[in-house]
Amino acid sequence: MCSLCGILGCDDHWTNAIVRPGVYTRNHDTQSRRAEGMRRLKSANAVLSYRRLKLDVWQGRSYVMTSPTGGSSVFEALSHLWSEAEALSGRDLDPLDDDLIEWMEERTSL
Amino acid sequence: MTPVILLTGFLGSGKTTLLQRLLTDPSMKGAAVLINEFGEVGLDHELLDRIDDTVVLLKSGCICCTVRGEVADALSNLHSLRARGEIVFDRVVIETTGLADPYPVLQTLTAHPVLRSHFTNGGVLTTVDAVNAVLQVEHRSEAVRQIAAADRIVLTKTDLTEPETEQALRRRLARINPGALILTTEASVDVILGGFGSTDFANTLASEGGGDPLCGPACDHAEHKHTHHDHAHDRHHAHHHDDALGVTSFSLVIEQEIDWTMFGTWLTLLLHKHGERIFRVKGILAIEGEDSPIAIHGVQHLVHAPTHMVNWPKGPRQSRIVFILEGLSPDQIRRSFTAFMGLSEARTAAE
Repeated sequence: MCSLCGILGCDDHWTNAIVRPGVYTRNHDTQSRRAEGMRRLKSANAVLSYRRLKLDVWQGRSYVMTSPTGGSSVFEALSHLWSEAEALSGRDLDPLDDDLIEWMEERTSL
Repeated sequence: MTPVILLTGFLGSGKTTLLQRLLTDPSMKGAAVLINEFGEVGLDHELLDRIDDTVVLLKSGCICCTVRGEVADALSNLHSLRARGEIVFDRVVIETTGLADPYPVLQTLTAHPVLRSHFTNGGVLTTVDAVNAVLQVEHRSEAVRQIAAADRIVLTKTDLTEPETEQALRRRLARINPGALILTTEASVDVILGGFGSTDFANTLASEGGGDPLCGPACDHAEHKHTHHDHAHDRHHAHHHDDALGVTSFSLVIEQEIDWTMFGTWLTLLLHKHGERIFRVKGILAIEGEDSPIAIHGVQHLVHAPTHMVNWPKGPRQSRIVFILEGLSPDQIRRSFTAFMGLSEARTAAE
């Protein structure tokens, strides 16, 4: 987390390391970095909604994930995202799972 | 950033012999060497002529489990000595034991809080014993992982095999890792190490294959099959499959520009769940809003920092991602990719 700009996603995840405006954490203005952080949040939430989980920023420093049953989990690095999601939902999240893919395909065809 | 070249290969495949030869080349004058051995008494470092402070023997045995900390310590120590002006080096070569999976060493370079600021992956060079390789890959998963992780493969002991046997082995290696350039020990040091350790390593690798850089010069297939999916015209490259090993390599060709954010979401989830069985992922991507291509390289759970390539390689400007897999269905990966990207498009359209 960058303490100066308060932007989400300043952990050392490989997806940070692409040099275009707003993506690489040290290269460009705060606004575009925030926008990229929000894009990442939306992208993750689009997948997490399959398990009815929701990801948000917690105090501008960490991520917080919540479940529909009131469970929550706070973590600092994006690399923990999927293991936290599985722990919180108590179920596997497999991108090759037929049910997940069909669920996505249904949403795409709406 | 100091590049770290990983020299790996199964037991007895000629790593130390090749290292001896590489170190005699003037371009390797400034190389520091870490040698890891499996066994009570280290011998490999005695076989090298050049013994000085830049040659370090890692004594704890298998590099893939116990020595990870020792690799980190040795690299940190080399860095400290250099910072104090006591030694000089411009690259590092790590010779692993023959039983090592290269992934943990690469992971150490990427994840270690200090090392990642000073060292970078300079390439993986794998030696393959032309006499015994067939048996090794069939019985030892380490041998397959070493081949799959290779950026370049050096065939050794080819003078002891028939040309037909060597050709059969080359075809087999190409099925495991079609992206790697396969050389023999007759190649010059310049050719073996060309581009290794350079900051433009991704571009060097991408340009090696000519028309189809990701499939590489080892690729022996000619047919390219098209499959059109709902949202993306992603072209399915022919599979390379080794039945005996259960290892498949295939490439995904995507004609549309890719949403980098959703791509990251998809690949991190895929590697989180199946990284153990994805020996290698390597790609050139056309990203939305980007003129130049992005190169990605991954080994199992690890993805190296993506790099911007200067130019597109020959051929059409389309994203190509090569996977080397064990026991996973290429069709299912393609379907999953399309579904994730479709979700991204549907989300964008709804906003």
